Amino acid sequence: MQININVNGTDHSLDVEPRRLLVDAIRGDLGLRGTHIGCDTTSCGACTVLVDGTPIKSCTMFAVQADGSAVTTVEGLKGADGLSAVQQGFSAEHGLQCGFCTPGMMLVSTALLEENPDPSEDDIRWAISGNICRCTGYVNIVKAVQWAAAAARNGGEEG
Amino acid sequence: MYPPAFEYQAPDTLEGALAALAELGDEGRVLAGGQSLIPMMKLRLAAPSHLVDINRISDLSYVRRENGSLCIGALARHNDVVGSDDAKASGVVSSAAPWISDPLVRNRGTVCGSVAHCDPEGDWNSVMLAARASVVAQSSSGSRTIGIDDFIVSFFTNSLEPGEMVTAVCVPIPSGASGGAYMKLERKIGDYATVGVATQLELASDGTIAQAGIGLTAVNYQNTRASAAEDLLRGETPSDELFAEAGAAAAAASDPQTDVRGDAEWKRNVVAVYTRRGLAQALASATS
Repeated sequence: MQININVNGTDHSLDVEPRRLLVDAIRGDLGLRGTHIGCDTTSCGACTVLVDGTPIKSCTMFAVQADGSAVTTVEGLKGADGLSAVQQGFSAEHGLQCGFCTPGMMLVSTALLEENPDPSEDDIRWAISGNICRCTGYVNIVKAVQWAAAAARNGGEEG
Repeated sequence: MYPPAFEYQAPDTLEGALAALAELGDEGRVLAGGQSLIPMMKLRLAAPSHLVDINRISDLSYVRRENGSLCIGALARHNDVVGSDDAKASGVVSSAAPWISDPLVRNRGTVCGSVAHCDPEGDWNSVMLAARASVVAQSSSGSRTIGIDDFIVSFFTNSLEPGEMVTAVCVPIPSGASGGAYMKLERKIGDYATVGVATQLELASDGTIAQAGIGLTAVNYQNTRASAAEDLLRGETPSDELFAEAGAAAAAASDPQTDVRGDAEWKRNVVAVYTRRGLAQALASATS
């Protein structure tokens, strides 16, 4: 089937089988390997992308279902001015170790801050609760999101 | 992993979906949120030959009050219920919504899809039993309403006929003082319930219990109504002793299996404790 999706601001027309998963279209057809496949069974959140701004697990959605949608992957977080506040936060607070879960973590964090620019620690932990990290114990991930929220409030300066 | 090949259509009207399902009969399967169906297809536990995707039928995406009921349309996501003021009309529904799976699944999965899936480890059917919900089933030849007790047939089996789909699930909004709670024990967010208990209480004007609803998750081959416990409660004055008795009766209605989440006897005890606590919480919100 022919589908049209906008990924990170660029329009793409793809010919996909209905059974092609969105994550495979992103990684295989578009070559954007920042979206990871972890469990492949809707449990870990490593494949998180934003579809029309909403975080979802791209291993549990068919590419044909994204026809006409705007998809944001980790490659789309960096703006014209460089890394986004969330990306800077993960760097500043060392919010990762192996980095495998990090794209998903940064996308749910981006969606959270869009909706709630001043989240409490509980809000952050709740928002990332569908994304599993096996390294950090989540402490520095929470700090990274708090750093990004503070930076955004201070107009891009470090919080 | 990728699922077996299938034919796919995504009609943008309900009529279009019903026409497709009528033509496909047994071969057609509705794809709503896909958060259970797609993993099952990837694991080759399900292999539908045709999927009718209802995600483009935006008319079905509602959570609203209708004629004294709270109705949830076929495309309402779990998270739509979390954020809904109307859903607060049913304490047990609004209490359960934030505990469905994890935030990413809640953004995509649907309440009606979960109800239709009839997974005994799914949360919503226990909630619907406690709230005495009705399922609205439509086909190209008409519509019918099925009580939740009749809708749930068995393990992963509902009472829909070929060509029918669930278009809404509705719970009656209690007229008097009422409260509800969903108590869920899970190892981590996103895991299936080890044990879940849904409770709802409606009080008469004299403070006695006019109606009680108790639904049990993951402790039987289907979501189970604890009828004997409900019978104990109805007409009585609420008390800690009464709630403890109801807890024991609910535990007796459960038949959990020993598995990686715990042994059967312990799970039965959790049913007793969660029923007692859920009823106390339901009473507290009914009288606040």
